[in-house]
Amino acid sequence: MTELTSSVAPPHPALSEKLKFYGIWIAAALLLLVLPTIFSSGGALTTFSLIGISIIFSLSYNILLGQTGLLSFGHAVYYGLGGFLVIHAINIISAEKLPIPLPVVPLVGGLTGLFFAALLGWVSTQRSGTAFAMISLGVAELIASSALILRTFFGGEAGISANRTKLFRVFDWSFGPQIQIYYLVAAWTLLAVIAMYALTRTPLGRMCNAVRDNPERVQFVGYDPHVIRYLAFCFAGFFAGIAGALAAINFEIANSAYLGAVQSGTVLFSTYIGGVGYFIGPIVGAIFVTVLSLSLSDLTPVWQLYFGLFFIAVVTFAPGGITGLLMMHRPLLKSGTLGKVLPAYLIAFIPTLALVAGLVLAIETIVHHTVNPGDDPNIKAFGMSFNASSPITWIIALFLTVGGFFVARETWRRLARAWDDALTAAHERGYHA
Amino acid sequence: MTAPAIEIRDVQKSFGNISIIRDLNLSVAQGERHALIGPNGAGKSTTFNLISGYIKPTSGKVTLRGEEISGLPPYQINRRGLSRSFQVTNVFANMSVWENLRCAVLWTDGHHYSFWKNIDNLKKVRDRTAQVLSDIGLTTRRDVPAGLLTYAEQRALEIGITIAGGADVILLDEPTAGMSHAETERAVSLIRRLTEGRTLVIVEHDMSVVFGLADRISVLVYGHIIATGTPDQIRSDPKVKEAYLGEEAA
Repeated sequence: MTELTSSVAPPHPALSEKLKFYGIWIAAALLLLVLPTIFSSGGALTTFSLIGISIIFSLSYNILLGQTGLLSFGHAVYYGLGGFLVIHAINIISAEKLPIPLPVVPLVGGLTGLFFAALLGWVSTQRSGTAFAMISLGVAELIASSALILRTFFGGEAGISANRTKLFRVFDWSFGPQIQIYYLVAAWTLLAVIAMYALTRTPLGRMCNAVRDNPERVQFVGYDPHVIRYLAFCFAGFFAGIAGALAAINFEIANSAYLGAVQSGTVLFSTYIGGVGYFIGPIVGAIFVTVLSLSLSDLTPVWQLYFGLFFIAVVTFAPGGITGLLMMHRPLLKSGTLGKVLPAYLIAFIPTLALVAGLVLAIETIVHHTVNPGDDPNIKAFGMSFNASSPITWIIALFLTVGGFFVARETWRRLARAWDDALTAAHERGYHA
Repeated sequence: MTAPAIEIRDVQKSFGNISIIRDLNLSVAQGERHALIGPNGAGKSTTFNLISGYIKPTSGKVTLRGEEISGLPPYQINRRGLSRSFQVTNVFANMSVWENLRCAVLWTDGHHYSFWKNIDNLKKVRDRTAQVLSDIGLTTRRDVPAGLLTYAEQRALEIGITIAGGADVILLDEPTAGMSHAETERAVSLIRRLTEGRTLVIVEHDMSVVFGLADRISVLVYGHIIATGTPDQIRSDPKVKEAYLGEEAA
């Protein structure tokens, strides 16, 4: 039997692979450690903290969407409740002078998320698909509207706030400065990512994938798909609660926006844009979407519109997300045929850029005339100044959009052909993934 | 006397006013290879669905080794040692062949919903998965996603998933449907080998498979068993000839 196993089973990873695997985690830890010395401004530290929170939240969401095949429209419920409970916890701890330091407080958020997921999840995870999605939406609406009604607990529209610096101190860290919050978030991010990765390597984690692929068959290998979905839901709630807790600690406030539809939608966007098919996908998505939303909002007032268009483009053209797009290139990279497609990429880039520029110009002009019609027509978007009332602007926008589209379409076809050639060559050389 | 592996007593199944299964009675002894044949729409797959818990009988009783299982959900019936395959391939399409088989081994090996064990370190699961993988002859396709296998390979995987958990009562629903002659032969010898010492109930359209494999045969027509017996008895039964074999063999 053992002889058979050693010849048939997938080999245990060799020492070099193991070192590579642990090396990645150690490298990630070192990167988190030195990041603030490279980018030390307060703004950068805040951005990093938000990215860390978003990574935990997105990965927790992918336990549902990517791992178990559950599309939730209300994941922010567990994030938000974690945040609220943590603000209350901080206030109680400082009022009662309990010997609990801030670094362990996110655990309160995690347990809150777990508690409510365990409470609300049993019914919603009876089914997957549309039924689950609808129930998640209903629960989200219920909790979000309670947040405005139950004022004593949720603080109404203003929310509730706390002072994170008044807690029991270890090593004299007050957690006032952003750098200390950064390290708190970084440590929790690393822990949570490791834990969620480990979960995918357990019997439950693998059965989640089985339920995603074929819940019917799961029943005929001894498993109750409802229990698997329920446990996945509880884990997702736990980690979402930790993310919400860190957000509440970062801002020292929790309000109804934490558990609203926008928050639930954002985590869906981040996860999907990053790619649900790979563990690393939501991490990529969280970084990308956080940076994009922070920088786009500086460049244009209608940044959500661009964000939505980008999401539609990803869903339509790259359902594997950014990570899926990158992973598509792996056989080409390994077989050395990537060179065949690079020129086609470069050629396609120019008319595509013209098309995008034309669209941006058109959108900004239309927004100016519909939203602020009386204002000065000399406007600025994406660092460019132009006159929204000038016919020249309109002509340029039209020319770039229409001309760019037709030229771009031709270059995309060429790109597709070059891609097929390169992939065939890669397959001939024996590289499939 | 040991209890029969499967006993179906007076089972009825109707959807609305339409009665699909009428007065179904069937007893399969432990270790027996029993074939269920009948024309299309006779209720063969429905019978499998009734036994495996996929649907519940309207009335009547199904027992597994003397214990009643009718009304139990499929996973509980599976845990009691009854496993079934599907007529339409029903695998975990995005997961590799290895992972498909491993999923089918986990429960029996006692790992249930555990989230504190590294799955790659479960030695017995590895051994058992490797054994089944080599039994169904897919060792060279170990890392291929199940959805990308050829049809015959998917059918072999389907059987592999069904037997991997070590159930001692196996139901196979048309395991050779759509296969070429050579593929069918391979599949039959595979089935014979893998169900050695276990109870097998098989639905099959290929009469050479049925008469070569089965100890006993039951003929199902319009949701009712019209005859049960050895292959010779069935071959010479006038009722069977009239209802089923006659028209096809002619």
